[in-house]
Amino acid sequence: MHLDHSTTYPERHSASAVRADGSRRALRVGLGGPVGSGKTATVAALCRALRDRLSLAVVTNDIYTREDAAFLLREAVLPPERITAVETGACPHTAIRDDISANLEAVEDLEDEVGPLDLVLVESGGDNLTATFSKGLVDEQIFVIDVAGGDDIPRKGGPGVSTADLLIVNKTDLAPFVGSDLEGMARDARQQRGELPVSFQSLRGEPGVEPVADWVRARLADWTGAADAPRPEPERAAAHAGHQA
Amino acid sequence: MTTATALPVTGVRAHARITAAPDGRGGTALPLRSGEGPFAVRRTRSADPSRARVTLVGAMSAPLGGDRLAIETRVRAGAALRVDGSAATLALPGRTADPAHWDVWLQVGEGGLLHWLPEPLISVCGSELRQRIRAELAPGARLVLRDEQVLGRAGEGPGRLTSRLTVRYAGRPLLDQQLDFGPGAPGWDDGAVLGGHRAVGQLLVVDPGLGDEPEQSRLLGETAAVTPLAGPGVLVTAVAQDALRLRRVLDEALTFTSW
Amino acid sequence: MRAGAATLLVLADGRFPAGGHAHSSGAEAAVKAGRIRDAASLHRFCAGRLHTAGLTAAALAAAAAAGTDPLALDEAADARTSSPALRRTARRLGRQMMRAARATWPGPGLDALAAARPKGAHQPVVLGLAARSAGLTPLDAAHAAAYENVSGPATAVVRLLGLDPFDATAVLARLAPDMEEVARRAEEAARGPVEDLPAASAPLLEITAEQHAAWPVRLFAS
Repeated sequence: MHLDHSTTYPERHSASAVRADGSRRALRVGLGGPVGSGKTATVAALCRALRDRLSLAVVTNDIYTREDAAFLLREAVLPPERITAVETGACPHTAIRDDISANLEAVEDLEDEVGPLDLVLVESGGDNLTATFSKGLVDEQIFVIDVAGGDDIPRKGGPGVSTADLLIVNKTDLAPFVGSDLEGMARDARQQRGELPVSFQSLRGEPGVEPVADWVRARLADWTGAADAPRPEPERAAAHAGHQA
Repeated sequence: MTTATALPVTGVRAHARITAAPDGRGGTALPLRSGEGPFAVRRTRSADPSRARVTLVGAMSAPLGGDRLAIETRVRAGAALRVDGSAATLALPGRTADPAHWDVWLQVGEGGLLHWLPEPLISVCGSELRQRIRAELAPGARLVLRDEQVLGRAGEGPGRLTSRLTVRYAGRPLLDQQLDFGPGAPGWDDGAVLGGHRAVGQLLVVDPGLGDEPEQSRLLGETAAVTPLAGPGVLVTAVAQDALRLRRVLDEALTFTSW
Repeated sequence: MRAGAATLLVLADGRFPAGGHAHSSGAEAAVKAGRIRDAASLHRFCAGRLHTAGLTAAALAAAAAAGTDPLALDEAADARTSSPALRRTARRLGRQMMRAARATWPGPGLDALAAARPKGAHQPVVLGLAARSAGLTPLDAAHAAAYENVSGPATAVVRLLGLDPFDATAVLARLAPDMEEVARRAEEAARGPVEDLPAASAPLLEITAEQHAAWPVRLFAS
């Protein structure tokens, strides 16, 4: 966990695990990745999969105003008061990594206004392969790429691909049409990521987002000390997303 | 009409006073109405008999460089007064290099109502005028205040015009804005300030009722906006090509008060 | 404890994580209206902004750094900002500045204002208090406020127009004497009473801030 060193920084400005009133704050999971890889669709699917048993909220970081937030609102994956758009001045990577102040305000306001929350998903606007989240903002990060974006992305690496807590290779249903080599992508990803998990995902058909939802549930169980967190269903948890992390 | 040749080199000093008070019969009396020098303060016929009306007649229409003119208007608790003007005020160059000063003091007591609706102030090329408008409003007081500034007569550049408007309500600051236009005022004519427009105006409405329900901002075309203040007031800010267009926008905005 | 130029550089750095990067300070609206098209019009926009909103902000910052009651300054800032969109922005950025300031230069003055204004005080007031907490002078605070007042729009216009970044930086460099003058005037005014602080305002900045806030699609938050 990314806890403050309370002796040096007693004010708890960002990643502290507890809120001002001493209660444990929500787990924050960041989702980043290139434009069009399916981040927003994954967030929407995760909301549908998790909303019945968890109290959750979403923060989007858009390039233009609020389009990702608008999509989630249209899809009605969560009540509108649980979705907040952070405006990024055309630079999502700045807002999720270099200057996280607006995102922290958004997360804390959601906890104040619709909390208590179990989970906050922080979605980055589509950006480049180097865009990762600050550890002051999120506890876990997911990097989403897709097979249509080129099967050489895992080989090229970059901070997102090689260091994210979970790598999603999305749109596997398109692989035959775009000539992507899934085996090769898995091999390259292993090379870049070592033991860090990779999930091959298609949101069309089963199991859809479930393996990733299970991974999130497991992270949440770790976060809350495994005591009262909803348990992942064992057969799903074993499927795609490894639990080495 | 005061003329430049009649002026002492130090300029004119003049002070006018108006006091409005309830007349005890549901109307408003004017126990004090004094003007001197270039001022003429006339009682004029009011469309609404419960309200007194005073018109500042053309006599004060020309502050010259070096002049120090002030007008003090008090509306006592429960009284209602409308002050308007018969013609635009021209700020003109004087015989000294000193700026002219035009001070407006407005005071409205509890439950009092003041309409301060003078005609525009025209900053003539070569003039320098410092306008200061201060309004002190007691709790429950209402105010409608219009301030229009035109930068230069047709076909000429403007003089220097500095204007500060300070409004306090119930002892707290409600609005404090200073405008500074013309030669020597950096950046006044460009994208952040006037963008080439030559007329600028504000219409302020203060009404304790406005504090209850936050008003929404409203846009009036490309260069005007109606904005709720942090206290019980709404301000219309507009820039326009000329005085006529400016007045049209401010008049359009005035419809949001029922009184 | 008196801090020096290095501390001022940390505070005034465009990368200081206090949210400024997402704001264009009116430049996005001015670009759309055609009032900023190139380096020359950017220069004029920034000069107008600096001597109006910039002077007012710098004086508030200097006064806060001098130890003037921040709540009185916050109220004065409200009265000097007729646009609700600009007041919202100022408070949002004030809250973000507060978080960054408390992490970098913690102190009781910042804590007290954070407790009194949990949703954010006006940014220049927080900036001034941060400067005070860092051991900087009122003049330092005024310099920081004046600089960020024009560096924000200049950076935004590089993104909005694809303006040559060397030209944009040259604009800032040429405005340096204006920034010095504004900071000096602000510091001088900050020695007087709160009600006499500069209240310079720019009609178009207030009007276009409301327009911009209503745009469905925009790159910058303000």
